[in-house]
Amino acid sequence: MGPIMKVTAQPADTTLTLILDGELDASSAVVLDTELNKPELLKYKKVLIDCQRLSYISSAGLGVFISHLQRLQDSNVKLVFFNMQEKVFNVFEILGLDSLMTIVPTEQEALAA
Amino acid sequence: MQDRIRISCSRENLQQVRDFVRGFLVSAQRSDLIVNQVVLAVDEVVANFIIHANGEDASQFLDLLLVLAGQHLDIEIEDHGSTLFLPAGKVANPDLRAYIQQGRKGGMGMALVSRIMDQVEFFERNSHTVCHLTKLLT
Repeated sequence: MGPIMKVTAQPADTTLTLILDGELDASSAVVLDTELNKPELLKYKKVLIDCQRLSYISSAGLGVFISHLQRLQDSNVKLVFFNMQEKVFNVFEILGLDSLMTIVPTEQEALAA
Repeated sequence: MQDRIRISCSRENLQQVRDFVRGFLVSAQRSDLIVNQVVLAVDEVVANFIIHANGEDASQFLDLLLVLAGQHLDIEIEDHGSTLFLPAGKVANPDLRAYIQQGRKGGMGMALVSRIMDQVEFFERNSHTVCHLTKLLT
């Protein structure tokens, strides 16, 4: 079986956009964890997570974001989610994570956040 | 209507479990949001059984049974491994601010399950652990 999650990194000046494509679960979360662990991430002012093609997230996927959030904040790197499908946003809502993380509707708002 | 599936204890099989639950509920004409919530609840329990109860031993297996009678959904997940696994007491309400400060990855799965499903039970049957989930699909 092929990977069910693909992460594409798009660097641009002070912003890094990570485009997620697929389902983020206990099997695939390691792919995202590897990306967020890269030391060069900390040189950006903002890491944008494009969720348009993220069709599923479980607690393992949420855990990856939670485990890196403080490290990013300590390095003054802002983590912003955008283009999130309603069913994926609903998972953040169920745990109340929508109030602890920055989630905006569009890329323009993510760049301005 | 009802359907069942047996999977071996590998986390690569989580996708197969989700596709099975999705297929069952979509054929029952449930909304995308409800389908995703139930898929998530099952995925979390199955992942716990695979990773924590069976140590990802692919020679072990789980049986999953879905039964929909009217609006009432019953889900039974039976672990055929020899280790009893009764995590229901750990649910509680995770302190997510603390999790963020600690950089913690786990500890949210069963909280999601308990908030999505109406009833969550773990019990022993024939020396195996069984998880029974119920939800009224309105």
